[in-house]
Amino acid sequence: MTKAEKQKEPEKAPQWKPNIVGFLCNWCSYAGADLAGTSRIPYPCDVRIIRVPCSGRVDPLMILRAFREGADGVLVSGCHPGDCHYIEGNYYARRKFIALKKLLDHVGIDPRRFRVSWVSASEGRKWANVVEAVTRELLEVGPFRYEEDGDD
Amino acid sequence: MARVGVFICWCGANIASTVDMEKVTEAAAKLPHVVYATNYKYMCSDPGQKTILDAALEHKLDGIVVAACSPRMHEPTFRAVAAEAGINPYRMQMANIREQCSWVHGDVDEATAKAVDAVRMMVARVAQSLALEPIKVPVTKRALVIGGGIAGIQAALDVADGGVETILVERTPSIGGKMAGLDETFPTLDCSQCILTPKMVDASRSELIKLYTYCEVEKVDGAVGNFKVTIRKKAKYVNTELCNGCGDCWHKCPYKKIPSEFDFGVGNRTAIYVPFPQAVPNIPVIDRETCVFFKTGKCRACEKFCLRGAIDFEQEDEFEEVEVGAIIVATGYDLLDHTQMGEFRYGAIPDVITGLQFERMSSASGPTEGKILRPSNGEEPKVVVFVHCVGSRDENYKEYCSKICCMYSAKHAVILKHRIHDAQAYLFYIDVRAGGKGYEEFWKRACVEEGAEYLRGRVSRVYDEGGKVIVEGQDTLSGEQVEVAADLVVLATAVVPAKGSEELARILGISTDKDGFFNEAHPKLRPVDTATGGIFLAGCCQAPKDIPESVAQGSAAASKTLGLLSKEDITREPTVAVVDPLICTGCWNCVNVCPFGAPEKSEITITVDGKKVTRAVSNINEAKCEGCGLCVATCPGNCIDQRGFSDDQVYAEIGGYLERVRAAKNSD
Repeated sequence: MTKAEKQKEPEKAPQWKPNIVGFLCNWCSYAGADLAGTSRIPYPCDVRIIRVPCSGRVDPLMILRAFREGADGVLVSGCHPGDCHYIEGNYYARRKFIALKKLLDHVGIDPRRFRVSWVSASEGRKWANVVEAVTRELLEVGPFRYEEDGDD
Repeated sequence: MARVGVFICWCGANIASTVDMEKVTEAAAKLPHVVYATNYKYMCSDPGQKTILDAALEHKLDGIVVAACSPRMHEPTFRAVAAEAGINPYRMQMANIREQCSWVHGDVDEATAKAVDAVRMMVARVAQSLALEPIKVPVTKRALVIGGGIAGIQAALDVADGGVETILVERTPSIGGKMAGLDETFPTLDCSQCILTPKMVDASRSELIKLYTYCEVEKVDGAVGNFKVTIRKKAKYVNTELCNGCGDCWHKCPYKKIPSEFDFGVGNRTAIYVPFPQAVPNIPVIDRETCVFFKTGKCRACEKFCLRGAIDFEQEDEFEEVEVGAIIVATGYDLLDHTQMGEFRYGAIPDVITGLQFERMSSASGPTEGKILRPSNGEEPKVVVFVHCVGSRDENYKEYCSKICCMYSAKHAVILKHRIHDAQAYLFYIDVRAGGKGYEEFWKRACVEEGAEYLRGRVSRVYDEGGKVIVEGQDTLSGEQVEVAADLVVLATAVVPAKGSEELARILGISTDKDGFFNEAHPKLRPVDTATGGIFLAGCCQAPKDIPESVAQGSAAASKTLGLLSKEDITREPTVAVVDPLICTGCWNCVNVCPFGAPEKSEITITVDGKKVTRAVSNINEAKCEGCGLCVATCPGNCIDQRGFSDDQVYAEIGGYLERVRAAKNSD
């Protein structure tokens, strides 16, 4: 977290809500999020979901783009390792995202703003918990301003 | 500019009670590209669909956004509406404002804001969506059934009845499954084998059914309509062409004390064996693990006595690749291994057995020839305790109800009374679940006519004392502690997915629920399909079921399969990857990562500065591409894109949402 962010937090904290982009794979996590709905499991309202075929489809550039365009946090959720509908897409995703996390840190974006989770089609409860945890963490980290954090 | 219409669905009160329909409509109408926005109570209903059709015509729409339930629910419905309205179905997108919005958020303002964002994102996406045409692929008219229990047999028979060749794979030496081991069946008490064996024989005689017993599915490639399945044919060490099932080999096998898997250890088998006398095919296999020859290199008794020279110790596992258009999974169930459950001291007391062990004892063709005996001393039990819900409906083990135990325990009590007239049955139960035709009447009969004593309560402890098994429990109706000194205790243990289900789910690319049962595509409306096209479910692999339900689902899966295979060709989603050959550098990263072998090395000839140049480039084989997009995200030169999930579409969604966020941030 940069200095600029820290200073803003106290005054913003009461009403501020994080803007989170969630990339969910069609087969596990999107279905898991649907199950949370069917089971009426409430969770915070701050994630906007983008459906992708597989977590392996998520290009790290998409995550950087989301930050550049003003997201406070990004969540990618796919099938559990070993359960990928496309056999091994999530393994590639996992490796890419480990590298991306380091890059984020390097360029001054708090790596806590980016999270990867594995939620299966039967884990509606887990999806709700993941959103809960991501939201809570971002409330701590505070709002993200690309202009101030980055060098643009 | 695109001409997009936005149609917002109330879903009765499901969405409208948490999301302000008017606000969403107003906001949608103001978005770029949107020329029309409206809301309606049920967009999927006939008048709802007509609203879309009329508006498409009136406002000359070239794209549609339906804000309603999950696309996993109604995407096909609204794609069809789009097509009817003359709009390319892939320029219809659904904003999920029910499952992922109104059902999980209580605050109207928050939920409405989220719904507006969802519409924004989808409008932006539609504007970037290209018109796509489904890919047509020919269908392989052959089906595969995995699992040769009653559900699988029924499915195979019905598919074959429809004139389609069927491959039935069974991992044990015989088809028949658990039903082949049962004694009488509830609620009619007809003999299980008498009704099953004719079906087994039918399956083996059918010209259209190929039995692959003692085989396992090793690998599955391809997709709906065209699966390539690798089957491991485990070495039987018996030449099936020569063997005539005379039985000399297993009678001569010197090693006779191997606990029989089919009898759940109640009886023994030899190292070369058929699991039960009515086995289909009636051809033995040698169990490598227990055969003395394989252990010590000496014996070969079976070989010596086989007059037909059918024994072949040199056999090895073989692999065969078959092509099928559809797969029915019917892998059945096992019982919860409750050796862990201390309260029943299972395994430590020989007179505590499971329901399936009781079945083998009471089966006329079983190891005791239908005599119910105490395993400890071989005497007839006079007092037998049946315990319901062992591991089922118990949050320490399995939360769900195993469904069949109430009925089979009642049946056991009846059978006990029929075989040993002066025996007394006690049944510990939580409540009796007898939902089924003739089921309620049957358990009443056990209770009233056959004198079974039902005790409402759980068992707390089981221990042996003075040659008896003492069962302690509570009768919650009288409020008293009960203690029964039993000769035999039969546990109705929880039904769990068959061993190896998880591995098979991985091979097939289908999902399981929290308990490991295979997931159906929709719990109400698509109970036989899986989320993966062309793969269907039958029997207990999906959830615990009794025989009639398993048979019904087997037939249902067969009819789904026949429906699919009756077409000459099927349409596949056109959401495949596409390479731009002009910028591809031939680095082969895509070739290396693709799990399906879709990117192929090819060449193009282009003219550079007047000279013809041939370059090695990647080319995606549409028939093999599954549309995961892994190559798209991997290509370092951004030379690959995915139709229907293009970078532009994803960036449009990101932009559609964050534009609003940036605007809000800037106005702070």
